[in-house]
Amino acid sequence: MSTIAQKKGFGGTIWDFLTTVDHKKIAILYLIAGGFFFVVGGLEAVFIRVQLAVPNNDFVSAGAFNQIITMHGTTMIFLAAMPLLFAFMNAVMPLQIGARDVAFPFVNALGFWLFFFGGIFLNLSWFLGGAPDAGWTSYASLAIHSKGHGVDFYVLGLQIAGLGTLIGGINFLVTIINMRAPGMTYMRMPLFTWSTFVASAMILFAFPPLTVGLTLMMFDRLFGANFFEVAMGGNTVIWEHLFWIFGHPEVYILILPAFGIFSEIFAIFSRKRLFGYSSMVFATVLIGFLGFMVWAHHMFTTGLGPVANAIFAVATMAIGVPTGIKIFNWLFTMWGGSVKFTTPMYYAFGFIPSFVCGGVTGIMVATAAADYQYHDTYFVVAHFHYVIVGGVVLAILAATHLWWPKMFGTMLNETLGKITFWFFFIGFHLTFFIQHFLGLWGMPRRVFTYLPGQGFDFSNLISSVGAAFMSIGVLVLLYNIIMTSVKNVKVGNDPWGDGRTLEWSIPSPPPFYNFKQLPLVRGLDAFWLEKMAGKKGMTPAEPLGDIHMPNASFIPFMISLGLFIAAFGAMYHKNHAWGLPVIILGLLVTFGSMFLRSVKDDHGFHIHKEDLVEDNEKGAKA
Amino acid sequence: MTNQQLNSGNPSVDIEYRRRKSAEEMRYQVVSFSLMIFLTLIAFASVAIKGFTSWFTVPFILLLAAVQVVFQLFYFMHMSHKGHEAPQLFLFSGVFVAILTVLTFVTIVWW
Repeated sequence: MSTIAQKKGFGGTIWDFLTTVDHKKIAILYLIAGGFFFVVGGLEAVFIRVQLAVPNNDFVSAGAFNQIITMHGTTMIFLAAMPLLFAFMNAVMPLQIGARDVAFPFVNALGFWLFFFGGIFLNLSWFLGGAPDAGWTSYASLAIHSKGHGVDFYVLGLQIAGLGTLIGGINFLVTIINMRAPGMTYMRMPLFTWSTFVASAMILFAFPPLTVGLTLMMFDRLFGANFFEVAMGGNTVIWEHLFWIFGHPEVYILILPAFGIFSEIFAIFSRKRLFGYSSMVFATVLIGFLGFMVWAHHMFTTGLGPVANAIFAVATMAIGVPTGIKIFNWLFTMWGGSVKFTTPMYYAFGFIPSFVCGGVTGIMVATAAADYQYHDTYFVVAHFHYVIVGGVVLAILAATHLWWPKMFGTMLNETLGKITFWFFFIGFHLTFFIQHFLGLWGMPRRVFTYLPGQGFDFSNLISSVGAAFMSIGVLVLLYNIIMTSVKNVKVGNDPWGDGRTLEWSIPSPPPFYNFKQLPLVRGLDAFWLEKMAGKKGMTPAEPLGDIHMPNASFIPFMISLGLFIAAFGAMYHKNHAWGLPVIILGLLVTFGSMFLRSVKDDHGFHIHKEDLVEDNEKGAKA
Repeated sequence: MTNQQLNSGNPSVDIEYRRRKSAEEMRYQVVSFSLMIFLTLIAFASVAIKGFTSWFTVPFILLLAAVQVVFQLFYFMHMSHKGHEAPQLFLFSGVFVAILTVLTFVTIVWW
């Protein structure tokens, strides 16, 4: 059977993506779905800024505003930032360690479809009686008394999406531990792979507390339990702890891959080995470790007592040390390098001062005594947008430009890329810098409007103008993507010319088996070493042989669909008689699909040596 | 690797060494198994015998449980063998996070 490069129609392509287990196609699915939710969350942000642009505005009602801020936070964290990072992890990490796929391709597809159905479920709330309105943290004292089904959508949707993230994280861990190419020791792994590894370990330990919290909340709201109901002997603070035991590691799960992306960019475009590689690895692991000991700094004002507050304040400030190590290493990487100002490098340059701003205000809010002043004001809003937009979103935009050629084989337009950067960067600072001062002047967060003449009017208008700039930046990026795809000018293996790691040693996009022969890794920046030794590509570590590949499968889609159906049943079972049968039906679909998977042997297929040789001679790129 | 098959057909495998190693392994397993049964009996006894308050029995049983988990991991799930460093790292990290959570709950949430 010839398995290489069959032409497909439109329907065939759709079916291909619905059933794919190829990490590169799953990466594209994550990119599309994450990009879609990013635009949705961005629209919600624009609505927030329109409402707050002038005092006493009635663009949206107070109730709708609560729904919009809740969905903005939830969408951006769970459905945009995480999946977009997962897209790059999926696309690049297996290539960087010289693997042909992730360890469990089937589970990889399952992870995507769970996230996708969870996200769709959450967003269907807009059309089915109102979105969640208790904030993205959904504190129990507010959430269990929320009317309607909004919070139920939050609980069930995040549960499904969270499962997907958890099994995705486990998959990456196993891949990095077991599937590194010959010679790829831990201390030769690129920094993006290292940060994927640490972030995945954090996912492994951080998501179970969220699962527990959401389960308790589900029982409280849908099945008559009283875990968080103080009047019935429950304890509402437990939700806050469970949420933040997950929630604080979560922000490091987001920022560590961003650090990894920038580490790659600084090394590539300074055309110099990353300064202090081993201290970078150490700092990444240390941040991952400390990230689990600081969650209560979100709860300084709940009355934990001075001892607990002091411990968590000091632990929080300690994280500044490894982060500082990283900042200096990036600066020293550029020092004495031959810096090339490409679009990704623009983002990397913009990232350092922006993120340091966020870090400095981080130390300020970590000071427990001072936090009583900052708590629940716009100062906190400014702080976390500086670290998340200034860190994670800039990294995602940078990675989009950096790895677009590797994922799609075409180069995004550099001029448009720089226009995007300037609009987004200026808009970002315009929007959020002034919010520090709004907070210090006393504007509380999560209010749907404010009165004129309190000194908030002009600053809020500036902030809203900034949001418009950011929107223009994103629109330019979308235009860039469309134009690049229409023109479809294909590029070679190493389009930036300075690629250092293994992904740049293979065609763009890579053939579906990635490496014809697994490469032999001789040191850090494996491809760069070979180039410096005057070679064109990697030295193979094995003779040309048959390659074993997994078969595509529709089962991951069905397993996720079953949970999606069951979630509707769980939500409506109290008021409608059809709820229980729908729960049963959904679970039957899920467990039936799992059963089918267990009893049906699927051994995959082999690409034969002859096909690979033929492929080589024709010069086809598969 | 001591936990691989004896009948691999590989001439370089020292079968005598393997056999000795397996016998040793077996002895450890039997010893730890009987110890675990013994610990379980003690746990039951501490509840059954009158005179101990629950302030003693509850922590005592939890301690015995922890010992049993260690036995289980090291003697039955071969965690002491070579090549189990990564699972060890992740198990201990998980235990660390769990202990931290429990510690917080018993210090600043419930009491």
